[in-house]
Amino acid sequence: MSMADTAAARLGSVSAGNALELRGVTKMFGALAAIADVTMTVRPGERRAVLGSNGAGKTTLFNCITGDFLPTSGTIRLFGEDVTAFPAHERIRRGLRRTYQISLLFTGLTVADNVYLACRGVSRARFSMLRPRRGDPLLIRAGELIEAVHLTPARDRLVSELSYGQQRQLEIALALAGAPRFILFDEPAAGLSPAERRELVAILTGLPTHIGFIIIEHDMDVALRVAESVTMMHNGRVFKEGMPAEIEEDAEVQALYLGDGSHAHG
Amino acid sequence: MAVFDPFSPEAMAGRAKGAPQPMWVERVPVAVWVMAVVFLTMPAWAGTFWIFQVMGWSFILGMIALSLMFLAGYGGMVSLVQMTIAGLAGYMVAILGPTGTAAVSLGLPWYVYIPAAIVIAAAFGTLVGALAVRTDGIYTIMITLAIAAAFFYFTRQNYTIFNGYSGFNLVLPPALFGVDWRQPVPFYYLALGCAALCYGAVVYVARAPFGLALQGTRDNPRRMAALGFNVTAHRIFAYTFAGVIAALGGILLVWQNAQIAPGTAGLPAVFDILVIAVVGGMRRPEGAFIGAFIYVVLRTYSPDVLTAFGLSNERFKLLIGLGFLAIVFFSPDGVLGLWDRWRARARKRRDPLTGQPR
Repeated sequence: MSMADTAAARLGSVSAGNALELRGVTKMFGALAAIADVTMTVRPGERRAVLGSNGAGKTTLFNCITGDFLPTSGTIRLFGEDVTAFPAHERIRRGLRRTYQISLLFTGLTVADNVYLACRGVSRARFSMLRPRRGDPLLIRAGELIEAVHLTPARDRLVSELSYGQQRQLEIALALAGAPRFILFDEPAAGLSPAERRELVAILTGLPTHIGFIIIEHDMDVALRVAESVTMMHNGRVFKEGMPAEIEEDAEVQALYLGDGSHAHG
Repeated sequence: MAVFDPFSPEAMAGRAKGAPQPMWVERVPVAVWVMAVVFLTMPAWAGTFWIFQVMGWSFILGMIALSLMFLAGYGGMVSLVQMTIAGLAGYMVAILGPTGTAAVSLGLPWYVYIPAAIVIAAAFGTLVGALAVRTDGIYTIMITLAIAAAFFYFTRQNYTIFNGYSGFNLVLPPALFGVDWRQPVPFYYLALGCAALCYGAVVYVARAPFGLALQGTRDNPRRMAALGFNVTAHRIFAYTFAGVIAALGGILLVWQNAQIAPGTAGLPAVFDILVIAVVGGMRRPEGAFIGAFIYVVLRTYSPDVLTAFGLSNERFKLLIGLGFLAIVFFSPDGVLGLWDRWRARARKRRDPLTGQPR
């Protein structure tokens, strides 16, 4: 075997550097398969939209990727590393981030504390008993993130006092903390006004190009504007993959989305 | 924002930059200075019974309740084992150090038995934490209660180490720097110093990354994991930290009583700590000491009141129980909660200019 071959084999063994690679991932809840045999790969920096009706298994897919649930079977690789059995915090420390469909924030803390915690979580000294100093780089970084999601006027307010839209913005700030390499956005536009949606699209398209993400979104305008590829899910399975334009014109997809019963078997 | 807003963060920052930084002395609230003066001068104007028995005991019970407040208020974990940790630290002082029960005590010097007692008690707290953090709510209470009960019965039945039913007497503090620390005034300052140290440590740590993260695990453990925190490890370490505080309280307790027996960490004492923390209020560390003070005053003076009304002085528990019920009924967040609400109302009344609730 030549040098080049071994190098190629080694590259192959780290999955040629895919950001995310799912192989036959299944999650059973009792007898119900929330997702069944999902196989998908996402390149680093790729922006993928996952579409599908309610109950298609999109959020379960996210929960399996982040480690909130362990899959019943299948393997999950993150940047080439098999993370299937890793607890959630270990995956996060490897550059994975997510936002939640229902805001999961620290309601008893201020906006600044929430973002500071997010920055701390992926740094060292998570157990530090020393307070941060005024010029602490993580404090500065937290301030920048708050600015990036337009929450600076509310930085010292308790999260429980924020409006719904502000909580969604904070949700995104938490996912951007540290050095994210891959982010899972779970319906970030849900419940936002048209103006807030435009702001969201600006934030998403403005992300550095090395950061890839998967976005679950019912609003096609948002999803197809920020994504370069689309995965359609139906009844827990991957139903179709392709470019946004292909998916939009696909007859079966249209039937599913427009609720035409004759194609529901797909 | 096109219009200049004098209250915007930019404008505020600009003003702060021009002004000299306030000295740390100026940043300490006036109330803290007043309390400090009252506490430091108390031996000059209060009787020895008051400073040794009432204040000394309040500081000690306050420290033990503070360790519960730290776990429950910041971590959302109601642990009934804090009095047991304090009791273990007290026992360790008695077992390792010199006491009147020379047949069992080892009589080691103070620089061995004091650190050893704190380390052993904190290690015990960590171990209990490692078991308890895997459970939630009522199950945490049950596990820690079971351990507290087991410790009580174990100390009562074990004679080789814990000297069983009779425990240890003449457990006296070492005469460091030529001071008899069991005299009312030195003991008062010792207890005050330890209580202030523990209070300060909790206030400080609550805003440090560890304390903030602990509050994060209270509000939302799942999200904490999604931010890269190991929630289980954080909670266990909280038990260690609280264990050190409880251990300090336990050592002072055994010195104040000059003796320790199984009843010191018996189930009534375990519940008293919970009552103290709830009555005081678990939102802030002050609550633990307020609750302890109320408890000690009731406990000390209610027998006199009861006998004046011709009742048995055994009924003081009835008074404490009724007080507890009243607090839980009218203010679930304790006396501190009452105080906060009263202040919020007063401030609202006083501030018609902005019309804001703050």
